[in-house]
Amino acid sequence: MKLMLFAPELVLLLGSLVLFLVSTGKVGGQKARAVTLSLALVNVLVCLVCLRQEGSLFFDAYRIDFFSQLIKLIISAGFAVVLLFSSELKGIDDEVRPEYYLFLTLSTLGLVMLVSSVELLTMFIALELSSYSLYLLVPMRDDRTGLRMQMESAIKYILFGVVATGVMLFGMSYLFGLTGTTYLVDLLPRLHQMMSSPAALIAIAMVLGGFFFKLAVFPFHSWVPDVYQGASNETTAFIASVPKVAAVAMLIRLTAMATPEGQAIVTLLIVLSVCSMFYGNLVALVQTDIKRMLGFSGIAHAGYVLLGLVTMQEVGYAASLYYIVGYLIMNLAGFLVICKVSEQGENLSVDDLTGLHARSPLLALTLAVSMFAMAGIPPFVGFMGKFMLLTGAYKAGHLPLVILAAINTAISIYYYLSVVRVTYSAGSEDRPAVVVGGVAKAVSVVLVLVIIAMGLLPDQLLQLATEAVRAVL
Amino acid sequence: MDFLIMNDMGFPILSALIFLPLAGALILLCIPGDTAAKNWTMLVTVITALVSLPLYWNFDATTAKYQFGEHASWISALNINYTLGLDGISLLLVLMTTLIMPLCVLGSWRYIDKRVKEFMICLLLMETSMLGVFMALDFILFYLLWEAMLIPMYLLIAVWGGPRKVYASIKFFLYTLAGSVLLLVAIIGLYLDQGTFSIPALMGQDYSTTFQIVVFLAFFLAFAIKVPMFPFHTWLPAAHVEAPTAGSVLLASILLKMGTYGFLRFCLPITPEATLAFVPYILWLSVIGILYGGFTALAQQDMKKLIAYSSVGHMGFVTLGIFVLNQQGLEGALLQMINHGITTGALFFCVGMIYERTHSRELDSAAGLGRYMPVYVSFLAFFSLSSLAFPGTNSFVGEFMILVGGFTSNKVVAACAIPGAILAAAYMFRMLQRVVWGRPVNPDHSGISDLNIREMVTLAPLLFFVFWIGLSPEPFLKVMHVSVSHLIEQVGGVTGGEAVSIAKLMIP
Repeated sequence: MKLMLFAPELVLLLGSLVLFLVSTGKVGGQKARAVTLSLALVNVLVCLVCLRQEGSLFFDAYRIDFFSQLIKLIISAGFAVVLLFSSELKGIDDEVRPEYYLFLTLSTLGLVMLVSSVELLTMFIALELSSYSLYLLVPMRDDRTGLRMQMESAIKYILFGVVATGVMLFGMSYLFGLTGTTYLVDLLPRLHQMMSSPAALIAIAMVLGGFFFKLAVFPFHSWVPDVYQGASNETTAFIASVPKVAAVAMLIRLTAMATPEGQAIVTLLIVLSVCSMFYGNLVALVQTDIKRMLGFSGIAHAGYVLLGLVTMQEVGYAASLYYIVGYLIMNLAGFLVICKVSEQGENLSVDDLTGLHARSPLLALTLAVSMFAMAGIPPFVGFMGKFMLLTGAYKAGHLPLVILAAINTAISIYYYLSVVRVTYSAGSEDRPAVVVGGVAKAVSVVLVLVIIAMGLLPDQLLQLATEAVRAVL
Repeated sequence: MDFLIMNDMGFPILSALIFLPLAGALILLCIPGDTAAKNWTMLVTVITALVSLPLYWNFDATTAKYQFGEHASWISALNINYTLGLDGISLLLVLMTTLIMPLCVLGSWRYIDKRVKEFMICLLLMETSMLGVFMALDFILFYLLWEAMLIPMYLLIAVWGGPRKVYASIKFFLYTLAGSVLLLVAIIGLYLDQGTFSIPALMGQDYSTTFQIVVFLAFFLAFAIKVPMFPFHTWLPAAHVEAPTAGSVLLASILLKMGTYGFLRFCLPITPEATLAFVPYILWLSVIGILYGGFTALAQQDMKKLIAYSSVGHMGFVTLGIFVLNQQGLEGALLQMINHGITTGALFFCVGMIYERTHSRELDSAAGLGRYMPVYVSFLAFFSLSSLAFPGTNSFVGEFMILVGGFTSNKVVAACAIPGAILAAAYMFRMLQRVVWGRPVNPDHSGISDLNIREMVTLAPLLFFVFWIGLSPEPFLKVMHVSVSHLIEQVGGVTGGEAVSIAKLMIP
């Protein structure tokens, strides 16, 4: 039954091969999309079936436990949602669409493999598979503005990405040098004995850096605004949400390495968390491009997520996981609206959303729910997640951090609210209604319901998250 | 669970009250047509009001325990429960909320002409969260509803508001939210100290003084902004002026009460030592609020702004009554919360009715309306008299009790509050004089119609309560006696002589 252990990855792998063949022929974007979408939906089902699988593969470099399987399910679901609502793929030329879908699938494959990796090189390869596919997606946007903005973004993305990778590899080489192994299982006990040595701390911090880059934690955040702005709306929707879940999953696996004497790591995480929150929220206040704004808000949210990691406890990790899943959903809801409102795949400024409630009441509602949720207003998931993060961090004795995070909530409400404000203010009447397909409507209703349900009834999911985290520790 | 008397009425009456408007809002989503939406909302709010009436008959006024209790596990991982209950402090507030809602719907019948359905949904969502706030006995449930309420209220101002609605709505949201983020931290702090979010279980525990003071300050910031106490009041006039009539009424009648309710429910019983330590400052802040609100109201040309500033003054009386910490003061404050809800709500309806006719709220353009709208000005006169605490009306009883309480505990503070009552007479008579007898300056009012039946029906119940409470307050006071005495025990029971003497030293 080893096949079942690897089933989600196999589905994606086979799917990528099919897409590769498709992309060599003269097939339009719609057909490629149909293939990818069915692949994504099948993958969600397979992930569901394989949820309770356990075991290890490839000389123990690859572990399948409840934690990895749950994250795989979430990643696959996020992938499917992005595909469901990006039906037109407005910002991408039709002739490169098959390739676009190919690399999107490969990136998902990389993420899915990442969360099962328990060996440094496997981890590295999975991460790069996902990253390089993403680097390629950014410049695929068509050049309507003539500014070649997407090229600039792609170059920035790849340069920052490669540097972050370099930092991570450097850290891994330290880990290997200190312990003589690349397997986390063997590495952990040996590392615990030398936690007092600066080399070990620096090594862990550098390895974390690679994932901080994915999650857009300060100071690895500088790619975010430009890439968000330069990439097409659909690409940004993916980059902004799905990889972050995998990044948090890996951060949980890795910070668990630092316990119990990881005080220096805790301090580092606290500093990064505070910097991310303040930097993200304060800069987001003055943004006019909505994707840039969401980019900075993403940096702030990364800071909130770290609140769970600093606890170094099961509750905190579970809260982080819960929060990032909630963030995935609120973010997807927000990007769904952006993708639909943008008529030809152009970027939207906040003012472009003026009067959206008259053009499409459902999208306006979705956007409002998404914004209020990200701001952490009940009864939405953002509040429940933040509440758990704060409780966990307070419990672990980080009261100043909790207060700073609470103050940040108050700062952030201004820019989220300004989006809601324009959405519900009277706009120019001449703008046509936004055309929203049935599927996208259904997706947005489902997202809104999930946002509310996760905010009001977190019990079940929190238990799942706790159980998953327990599998790692 | 010794603080909770479980509900034995055969059906979960408190849950029914919370979920009826919510269900009504969901069903309303599928009801097409503006008139149908209005009728449906009217029906839902009236049913909710009728369902709430048995609360009064079945309320046991001889116990300070929470009644009609409901308890269910909600988030087991953090020991968060869905606990509801009513005591003498919250009973009248709940009844006032359910009774004012149908009037809000009636008052918006013609005022709201665009996006009626969404407006009604917002009203129903407001009702759910407002009722929930007064009934919740679990801190997280309370906080969830307390914050969630901001969304429909924000939309009420931002979508259906006046010309400066954007500024007003954002100011309202930011102020209230900024105030309550630290409330959440304080709640978590209490939870980590005691391991529970149950509000009654957190009362009367042995917290260290420093902890109490920190928690009290976090509470105080949130509630003082909501009340609003001077100097946190600046959001209020803006929000009132721009909000639609129903929004102003909800804001004045119910939302402001949540601040003072918060003082009564949380600050006093959970952090008694800190309360005693801060009493002098809060009393003086209240006095400043009373005088400041009165003077500012005296200078207003916009009728809504005038009433908004008068609210600052009236709520100053309420906080004064609460923090003198004796039976008369607290009961007077509680009664005055109800009175203010009735009277100020009615005054906002009155202003809205003029605005529907003349599209102006300026005192000058409303001058001389009395000649053409005799019925209207009779209503206005009674409500204005009530607002300035004329004997025989409801506010007189409340303010009188507060002042009696004030004089028993601290003569200087109480004496300083007296001019507030005179100021109230001044600004209210100034408004009355202009509207009833003032000469029309520019517009010709001759074509203007007097109140129709719907508008009279909106105002009549409020007028009825003005006189009922004014002439015979006993039915309202008797339900609160025991709960208020219990509250005083909770505050005083833990005190040494120490804290009181600090309070005495602070004020000569």
